[in-house]
Amino acid sequence: MSPVKRKIQRLLVLFAFGCFALNYPLLSLFSKIALWYGIPVLYLYLFVFWVLFILSIAIVTERKKLPRTSFPPIFSRKSE
Amino acid sequence: MLPEWVILLVSLCYLGTLFAIAYYADWRSDRGMSIISNPYIYTLSIAVYCTAWTFYGSVGRAAETGIGFMPIYLGPTLMAALWWFLLRKMIRIAKVYRITSIADFLASRYGKSSLIGGLVTIIAVVGIMPYISLQLKAVSTSYTVMLHYPDLAMIEEHKTSLWNDNAFSVAMIMAAFSILFGTRHIDATERHEGMVAAIAFESVVKLLAFSAAGIFATFIMFDGPIDLFDWAIRYPEISRLMQLEVLPGGYTNWFTLIFLSMMAIMFLPRQFQVLVVENVNEEHIRKAAWLFPFYLLAINIFVLPIAFAGMLMFPEGHVPPDIFVLALPLTEGQNILALFIYLGGLSAATGMVIVATIALSTMVCNDLVMPVLLRMLAIQQVQLGRVLLFIRRCSIVAVLLLGYLYYRFIGESYTLVTMGLVSFAAAAQFSPAILFGVFWKDASRRAAICGLSAGFLVWFYTLLLPSFARSGWLPLSFLVDGPFGIEQLRPYKLFGLDMFDPITHSVFWSMLVNGGLLVIISLLDRQSTMDRIQASLFVDVYRHSGGTHLWRGKAMITELQDLLARFIGARQSERAFANYSRIHKIDFTKDKQADAELVEFAERLLSGAIGAASARVMVSSVVEGEEISPEGVMKIIDETSQVLEYSHQLEEKSIELEAATKELQEANRRLKELDRLKDEFVSTVSHELRTPLTSVRAFSEILHDNVDMPQEERQKYLDIMVKETERLTRLINEVLDLAKIESGRADWYMEDIDLTEVLKEAVAATSQLFREKSVAMIEMVPTFPVRVFADRDRIFQVVINLLSNAAKFSPTEQGRVIVRLYFKEREIRVEVADNGPGIHPDEQQKIFEKFKQITDLRDGKPKGTGLGLAICRRIIEYHNGNIWVESSPGEGSKFIFSLPD
Repeated sequence: MSPVKRKIQRLLVLFAFGCFALNYPLLSLFSKIALWYGIPVLYLYLFVFWVLFILSIAIVTERKKLPRTSFPPIFSRKSE
Repeated sequence: MLPEWVILLVSLCYLGTLFAIAYYADWRSDRGMSIISNPYIYTLSIAVYCTAWTFYGSVGRAAETGIGFMPIYLGPTLMAALWWFLLRKMIRIAKVYRITSIADFLASRYGKSSLIGGLVTIIAVVGIMPYISLQLKAVSTSYTVMLHYPDLAMIEEHKTSLWNDNAFSVAMIMAAFSILFGTRHIDATERHEGMVAAIAFESVVKLLAFSAAGIFATFIMFDGPIDLFDWAIRYPEISRLMQLEVLPGGYTNWFTLIFLSMMAIMFLPRQFQVLVVENVNEEHIRKAAWLFPFYLLAINIFVLPIAFAGMLMFPEGHVPPDIFVLALPLTEGQNILALFIYLGGLSAATGMVIVATIALSTMVCNDLVMPVLLRMLAIQQVQLGRVLLFIRRCSIVAVLLLGYLYYRFIGESYTLVTMGLVSFAAAAQFSPAILFGVFWKDASRRAAICGLSAGFLVWFYTLLLPSFARSGWLPLSFLVDGPFGIEQLRPYKLFGLDMFDPITHSVFWSMLVNGGLLVIISLLDRQSTMDRIQASLFVDVYRHSGGTHLWRGKAMITELQDLLARFIGARQSERAFANYSRIHKIDFTKDKQADAELVEFAERLLSGAIGAASARVMVSSVVEGEEISPEGVMKIIDETSQVLEYSHQLEEKSIELEAATKELQEANRRLKELDRLKDEFVSTVSHELRTPLTSVRAFSEILHDNVDMPQEERQKYLDIMVKETERLTRLINEVLDLAKIESGRADWYMEDIDLTEVLKEAVAATSQLFREKSVAMIEMVPTFPVRVFADRDRIFQVVINLLSNAAKFSPTEQGRVIVRLYFKEREIRVEVADNGPGIHPDEQQKIFEKFKQITDLRDGKPKGTGLGLAICRRIIEYHNGNIWVESSPGEGSKFIFSLPD
């Protein structure tokens, strides 16, 4: 499998995982009037998950440096 | 309370600062020292997503629905995971085809159709109206709050007349501001570096301001979040907000909001502008994909604490939650802090308005007005640059006016977030056409038109019209009983579907109709050539990034240049062509005809300024004859994918075949070489055998014929014969030995041996030779044993051979031979150096071959059999070592062999 495809698949899995974790029914487990460590449960869960999710994106996108792909602008203002 | 002039002055100073930043960024970019070309500024510019809605509305929503504000930021976070492949593709497409807006994107994808472009523009303008009015409402409310708080009655009163209404002034100031930012001149790059720098700065300000409000509410008014939540949980009115069930529509609504915000972050015209059009480098996505969600998290972390603090501070409910952010510091008398927070809110609103109006003005100009205008003016040679600017400026004012009207007539009856969601639902209508368009070639133009317009109509009917009804511009019975009393058509309960909240209801129906029509009609439709070309170019963008050379007719270079000059100005057009001629090494003074690539270059350049559809029309007006050769191109594009795939396989096959052929050739060559060597060997051996045999025979014949030879002479001849036969025996032994080694039949007795001991024994064995010639022998061998795994006798044979050679070639009396054993490059090396005549570089390789003897530089007669070194080489190679010689004529020679450690 090419590294690009592998990366795309990882991101897709991460995306699907996030969609599940942030919806019914998983979310309903935390929907209650209570405090954990002094923080409302639902609020705590969402923010902790949020941080973990961001870290996962960072790990997947930054981990392997693929060859740079950039398309040069057709016209640049700088006169060379 | 701060006096009005202070607030006004600070606001104006702040806007002035923004303008200075933008001006500086433009100035830098003109000199090729872009300050926005890094992933951090890119991330901050994407944060234009956080508008006054986030700044004021989130707290309001949190006070009503608890964590109901969060899906708007969780959706983009989820989407960011897909940026690396979805957004990257969109950026690549936009860069390759010079796309400057979402309308242009869709128009280009579906056959450069100006109908699609126009349709998308209308949806965008109508859809964005509530969103812009939300910003106006937020700014005008916050300004009034700053002025009159805590006199809330005044806040209600401030909008009685048009001239008293500061929302109108806000709208006009913002229009002026956007015009200054985005439409000072037509820029051939179609990017607004100054604007990006300014909104990045605004993103920093709003984050700091909101965090300041949060820290104030949480840590100064209360004793940290734990204390605050501890208070909150004691009041059922507040603590009920800690669960999801308070969200109207519950989990379904939650899901809808996540979906909507996922679409909004990609397809709102202003997000498309900053994400795709203003992107400098695709690589920036890598960092933005996690930094942007991080920004969202940071700006959201204090929303719930502020909402709770507000509810605890104003339990009687007379302060609307949308202004908690300002009301909390104002109540505590923190006017300066409140002013800073007010600036944050102003940043959030102006950022959104600037980018949105600039994006929309480009769309209105390129996709709505230009196609019509060009029909009338296409042939007339007018300078259109000024016309373009004028249209864009007018559309900015028009968009803001529309937003203002919506605010004035409808906005009052809604909270900030509800207004924003209406716009999100409109932006989501673009998603099927774009997502299918980017990944599915069969999505057709007619299908996209049907899907888009049907989705838009459903949105209009189920979300926008009801807002008119709710504000009293339509009879309320329209909502309750349906139009003309037809219950099935009630806008909030279409066909009796009443299980959803209005937003989910509208999103469900509109997306169903939109996506459904797009897919079904695409499957039934036959695409035209142009449509299929564009579809291919979009879906396979990574493959088509080079030129496509669609044009075939003839065009004069000067005409093309003039055409460009009419839109982007003579100077920029000239520079673009000069760049082109330099890069492609074409001398325009010689070539008068433009080739296909140049025509395409001009078209792309032009499409940046006036949109793809109009650019096509304009360029075809200067290209004579057949403008494109669709059939030919079709053949290329339609078959390319299969042909490429097939040819790729063929290529791999042929590479394999080539490799196999090469191996075979190599084997054949080796066989031939061996055959030749064998022949040579046989002939050399026979030759070598004949010499001693001939001399033996000659002497024996002499002895035979001269019976009366003197005894002395007879003895001499017999001595020669003995020597010659000895040589013969030695030769035959060596031939046999070599043959045995070469054929692999030799017996090897590998064991651990001490190399120093072998060397010493060999030196002792050859000492007689050295003594005879009076050659000095110097041993430089370690005193400790050096262990190697080798065949002792064979190695002994090699050393003896080297030593006797050295003795042979050393000069008598002055001769000196040095034997060394040392370690180098992880090898054990044995070196035998003499001070003989040396070996010519040409011969150094040859001497290890069979029967290659060096002619003695002194008497020209070969010594030895010519097999000794060949045998040595075989033996050393068998031990995985190397043997070579270092020498130059007159300097003596060094024979070195190495064995692996």
